[in-house]
Amino acid sequence: MSETTSPKIRRRGGFRLQLEPRLEEPPRWFPVAVSLGAILVALVLGGIVIAFAGGDPFRSYAHIARASFGSLGVISDTIVKATPIILTALACSVAFRMKLWNIGAEGQFIMGAFGASAIVLTPILPAETPRWLFVPVMMLAGMLAGALWGFIPGYLKAKFNVNEIISTLMLNYISIAWVNYWVFGVWSEGGFQMSAKFPENAWLPRLLDYADSIPALRGLTTHAGLLLGILAAFVVWLVIYRSRWGYEIRLIGDNPAAANYAGINISRNVIFVMMLSGALAGLGGMSEVTGVVHRLQTSPIAAGYGFTGIIVAWLAKLHPAVVIVVSILFGALLLAGREIQPSGVPKMIQGIILVSLIASDFLLRYRLRLVRVGVEA
Amino acid sequence: MDPLIILQAGVASGTVLLFATIGELLTERSGVLNLGVEGMMLIGAMTGFSVTVATGNPWLGLLLAMLVAGLLSQVHALITITLQADQVVSGLALTFLGTGISLVLGEGLSKAGTVALLPSFSIPLLSQIPILGPIFFTKQSILVYIGYLLVPATWYFINRTRPGLHLRAVGEYPAAADALGINVHGMRYLYVFVGGVLAGLAGATISLAVAPGWFSELTTAGQGWIAVGLVIFAQWDPVRAAVGSYAFGALRRLILDIQGPTLLFGFANPFYYNPYWGFFLQMLPYAFTVIVLVIGSREAIRKRLGAPAALGTPYIRGERGL
Repeated sequence: MSETTSPKIRRRGGFRLQLEPRLEEPPRWFPVAVSLGAILVALVLGGIVIAFAGGDPFRSYAHIARASFGSLGVISDTIVKATPIILTALACSVAFRMKLWNIGAEGQFIMGAFGASAIVLTPILPAETPRWLFVPVMMLAGMLAGALWGFIPGYLKAKFNVNEIISTLMLNYISIAWVNYWVFGVWSEGGFQMSAKFPENAWLPRLLDYADSIPALRGLTTHAGLLLGILAAFVVWLVIYRSRWGYEIRLIGDNPAAANYAGINISRNVIFVMMLSGALAGLGGMSEVTGVVHRLQTSPIAAGYGFTGIIVAWLAKLHPAVVIVVSILFGALLLAGREIQPSGVPKMIQGIILVSLIASDFLLRYRLRLVRVGVEA
Repeated sequence: MDPLIILQAGVASGTVLLFATIGELLTERSGVLNLGVEGMMLIGAMTGFSVTVATGNPWLGLLLAMLVAGLLSQVHALITITLQADQVVSGLALTFLGTGISLVLGEGLSKAGTVALLPSFSIPLLSQIPILGPIFFTKQSILVYIGYLLVPATWYFINRTRPGLHLRAVGEYPAAADALGINVHGMRYLYVFVGGVLAGLAGATISLAVAPGWFSELTTAGQGWIAVGLVIFAQWDPVRAAVGSYAFGALRRLILDIQGPTLLFGFANPFYYNPYWGFFLQMLPYAFTVIVLVIGSREAIRKRLGAPAALGTPYIRGERGL
């Protein structure tokens, strides 16, 4: 063991693969190349499993590409799918930046959809309320509901040191049961498992609403939620990289002990960051329910956008602008995945991408080197 | 709504949590946090059921369920032990991966119908004991009995044997364990594998004994995450893990049964007359997990006990550790 302190991976023939910690920063293109390589490896591995399950991997992937970027109409549909992911991924990025593992974007998203719906269905505002009032009030309600759902695990973490991974996950399940109670019971429309349709002035405007003046927009369902997502990404960027609060968040994430010595109140930041994260996810739920579903219904809302957000945040290295790009790619995967058999393929590919991505991070910290055994490197 | 029947069925469904919790407990004792329990349980449930459908032999299904989940756990081991990646993210990824693969390979399996299940039987003399006999020793699956044996065996292994001492050393102070000549990385790979095998066993316990069949993600319905929470509640002690697991099993069963009768303690049963209240009952296991975590975390602060000291940190020889 005196020869080297770095871990050995494999011994083969007269050569050995040796790992050395990277001392200098790798060039800027290198992390991007590693991430792309990881995705490529993931697609190959996913293809193997698809083939194993009796599918044709090439046709599956070709289908995904065609069904998501093949025409203006499907590109618009891809963006519709990407919109909720942008907001949940931003929610995860903010929390993960502080090494706060908010796995509850799913539940906060669902509660956001519930909060927005409550404005219409309770009703808190009458059905004939104009859109300029309806939409902002629903946004506020969605963000509040999401922030509340983030406050609970944040408070428990700050006060009792309760592991936030498990508490946020448990709240996901609770939020689904909570919404089910309302859509199966109180707000059920004629015994169906969904609420009544919202009045049109409670919908987010869509591109097709302007088809009368611009015919090219006919049939395009992209809605104003995309603008909310882009705006939120900008705000998150401002907060994280350009504000004092963001500096505190990043310092706590990188070195909690140093942050503590610097006099930063960690408990308070845990609660506030969880609430900000919850509010972003809640805004995503509001955007989905008012932009796409137009009624409260469990299955299209609790469709796993919160979990996809985790992967997207990680893939984007928590950077808000990159989140938007990666979200669109994952929107494509989800959109095209609806028709692919077997039906679990998109979920599986997401899992494999995340695994190979984490594994590839290793290459950023170490360099691989082939050395001849017995010869000093 | 016979309390004995609820408790009897509760012990059976608690056995699922027991296997998963003990497995995660052993993994964490070696210093590795594996949040992939849910994914490993799902792949175990799917493999166990699928193999049994194909071969008609539930024992073979059980064996392969354990093996496949164990193999999946090695992905986490490779990423966190050798490649030193963050254990939280890797564990999450493992759950995504396990869930995704289970859904793809389990496609169409939900229509497979009934299969041969693992045997259930009563233990002769023990089943005659009043109250305890009917709850613990009457018409239980063989897996439930294996669960009874696993708890004291794990306790004895961790606290009274030499390999158990090595396990604790690796989790508490890996540098010292390394100096003693214990292979830290090897031990961690081993106990991540053991945790995977037990999670696979837990999954197969669902699909081949407690609630037979394959219902995609609803097969486990978050029980893997509850198991991770129970490890914290149990303060890494197998006996407390057993108490927690059986209590949660009984709660799950109670929730199912409480909505049946028209009368509850002589009063009109509100859950019968307001079926939608059942959704609040469904929240209970998850809400209780949070409550149990609060209890466990407070206790850990008070007694200055807690997680294995090296939990969550990779061991790199030559680097300053704890």
